[in-house]
Amino acid sequence: MITQYVFYFLSFLAIMFGLMVVLSKNPIHSVLYLVLTFFAIAGHYVLLNAQFLAAVHIIVYAGAIMVLFLFVIMLLNLNKETEPHKNVWLKLSAAVASGLLLVVLVGSLKNAEMIAATNTFDPNVGLIENLGKTLFKEFLLPFEVASLLLLGAMVGAVLLGKKSIK
Amino acid sequence: MSAIQIIPINWYILLSAVLFTIGVLGVLFRRNAIIIFMSVELMLNAVNLLLVAFSTYLSDSAGQVFVFFIMAVAAAEVAVGLAILMSVYRNTKSTDIYMLNKLKG
Repeated sequence: MITQYVFYFLSFLAIMFGLMVVLSKNPIHSVLYLVLTFFAIAGHYVLLNAQFLAAVHIIVYAGAIMVLFLFVIMLLNLNKETEPHKNVWLKLSAAVASGLLLVVLVGSLKNAEMIAATNTFDPNVGLIENLGKTLFKEFLLPFEVASLLLLGAMVGAVLLGKKSIK
Repeated sequence: MSAIQIIPINWYILLSAVLFTIGVLGVLFRRNAIIIFMSVELMLNAVNLLLVAFSTYLSDSAGQVFVFFIMAVAAAEVAVGLAILMSVYRNTKSTDIYMLNKLKG
């Protein structure tokens, strides 16, 4: 019973903070609301027995990516409400388009045929032992390719961040 | 005991759809490029949440491994994207995406 209430509470928090990310005028407030959204999603991961993933999510997203965002905003001095007003028709059409997308998604998924869970429920699936076995047995090649991707991203970021390219 | 045994998977699908739509709204609604990046992150996280929900539902750890790869790709995307944004700011003194219509030629 309590799990249900925790689920509703975390979902409410995630959706509300997500809306605040989009609607708040100051970019710093957007970043902080996004961090709160990530914490709510990490709470969902804990509810789903994915404890390791919840820890990694907080460390990588709230700890690394959002700090990078904050760093760039501070560096560019964007911490004021300088956004010029968009055309009201553009705003209205953006709201209508995303509302229609939500209607289509919900309408198509509401009556979808559910797959029954074939495996018996295993509470240890999200633990680091099982994840490590899957990662290094079935997904070894993608794991190595991800290292190449990160190396390429690092070189690209350093190259783009330099003052002048000779 | 896990939440997936109590809460139907449809609720997770609905929650992910709503979070994804909020991300789409942010991309369409705002013109500050940094907020658009954050909305993209929100969309990625909606998908991550659904992957984890189905991974627990089917007791298959492959879904959670996919989430790790999505996190790696998101980190790479943010690093390169923010570097591009810095060089755009250096040239136009603004992060307004409407300043970038000079690419039209």
